[in-house]
Amino acid sequence: MRRLVKLALQKPELAGALLLLTLVIVFQIRSDGVFLSVNNLRGILGLLPETALVAVGVTLLMISGEFDLSVGSVFALMPMTMAVLVVGGWPFWAAMAVGLGVCIVIGFVNGIITIRYDIPSFITTLGMMFMARSLTVVVSGGFPPRIRPGEIPSRLFVGFIDDGNLIRASVLWFLGIAIIIGLLLGKTNFGNWVRATGGFLPAAKAMGIPTGRVKVVCFMISSVLAGFAGMIQSMRLNSFLPSTGEGMELQAVAAAVIGGTSLMGGVGSILGGVIGATLIRLIDNGMVLSQIDANWFRFAIGALTIFAVVGNAWLRKKGRAMKVSVDK
Amino acid sequence: MSKPIIQVKNLHKWYSGVHALKGVTLDVQRGEALGLVGDNGAGKSTLINILSGLHQQDEGEIIVEGQPVQISNPKDAMALGIETIYQYNSMVPIMTIARNMFIGREPVKFSIGGIGWLDEAKMREESVQAIADVDLHLRSPDALVGELSGGQRQGVAIARAMHFKSKVMILDEPTNHLSVKETAKVIGFVQGLKEQGVTAIFISHNLHHVFACCDRIVAMALGEVVLDKRANETSIEEVSEKL
Repeated sequence: MRRLVKLALQKPELAGALLLLTLVIVFQIRSDGVFLSVNNLRGILGLLPETALVAVGVTLLMISGEFDLSVGSVFALMPMTMAVLVVGGWPFWAAMAVGLGVCIVIGFVNGIITIRYDIPSFITTLGMMFMARSLTVVVSGGFPPRIRPGEIPSRLFVGFIDDGNLIRASVLWFLGIAIIIGLLLGKTNFGNWVRATGGFLPAAKAMGIPTGRVKVVCFMISSVLAGFAGMIQSMRLNSFLPSTGEGMELQAVAAAVIGGTSLMGGVGSILGGVIGATLIRLIDNGMVLSQIDANWFRFAIGALTIFAVVGNAWLRKKGRAMKVSVDK
Repeated sequence: MSKPIIQVKNLHKWYSGVHALKGVTLDVQRGEALGLVGDNGAGKSTLINILSGLHQQDEGEIIVEGQPVQISNPKDAMALGIETIYQYNSMVPIMTIARNMFIGREPVKFSIGGIGWLDEAKMREESVQAIADVDLHLRSPDALVGELSGGQRQGVAIARAMHFKSKVMILDEPTNHLSVKETAKVIGFVQGLKEQGVTAIFISHNLHHVFACCDRIVAMALGEVVLDKRANETSIEEVSEKL
């Protein structure tokens, strides 16, 4: 029993999960039951997949020991590329493939430069953040492309899938992708390499793991998920703007960290990233419902990030201090 | 005497202007426990890093079981049956024993394009067995390596090497920073290797530890081998003079 408690306390996503539960209860009471109503949940579920998909990719990358500040810009560049091509007469699927291809290339470049020149990914992706944002504006030509409703199959990505108009297709996309990435990290040999690479690089190298390649793949996954999430948001709003996703990079990092991912790499889980992203969305929404000045949103996210990390460290220390001998 | 398991011939290595290995020639006999000693910068780590595939020699030849080989990365070394255990570098502290046991050599149930589904039951079972085989008693393969003591970690690393049937085990400073009791345990592990027919190369700058478990002593200084004798034909005093 003690052993189980100890293991639970050391789960990195515990603090986030507890906070999530607390906030749901608090907001539900403060909003007189509006918070968990269908109308409100519809709003939350519409936005959640977008933040959460970015967070999932960033979480995976952070576990491998790297960092991606360019996701917010990729979030805008992918749908912009796609929209410009569609307006230029390309078929939707080809345009989407090119858009995702751009994301893959950006992730690859982020990874290769970081690994080859042995520089912090913070710097590589900071540079890429500016470059990709600039490219977005250049590609748009200064005027947001206008896509007529029905010109692209948005329904497949953001259409409501139930009669009650509660759940959008994007929720399913997000769940499917999050489960796949979660299984990739937790249940495959590749996941074992990711964790070893981020957990202790010299050991991973000594055991013959191609750590450079592992990281590059994580960079690419992070980029593609950010681009895909950006596409979903642009489709939901049916507007393709060069300014989409500004600040998304830091929200994604905050989500990962709130969910227990360590900046040092190795520690963290996809579920944690999802919990972190959900918390951010709930706070945004709950604050509005509780009639708190919306300008406090970023303050709340910041405080939450610090609080979650401190809480996590504290819980983990408690867990570690529990005397359960490993000897027989 | 049978053919040496590893032969190193005229090995040279430069590190940006530093001549770290100056023509090292060494035969390692099958089944022996060889103690490699030397001060910091003597070249012993360089030699080991080349044998374990972390670095490549600039000049010279490596022959394993009579075959000239090219060891370009750690995987090559492992495929040849050469396993290296580093003081810090062989385990990921935040991962479980079972996960650590199989890093880079995970058993999978099926795989697509090199990405495979882990056979976790097998990983747990085999790691429990492997740990028991080296006389280490740990309750659960799910404990994090970071929770183990230094001696236990070395034990797990040795268990891992044994499990993968390595023929030559290189132990790089395995007793550094260990308590007296733990050191005795690690020395016990090394003595146990000989009974199992595994060749050991034991690197340390503590001569007492080396003499306690090795039957041959090779001393290096300034990138060269300066002494190579049976342990019972030399003494701690003679070896320390050479270093």
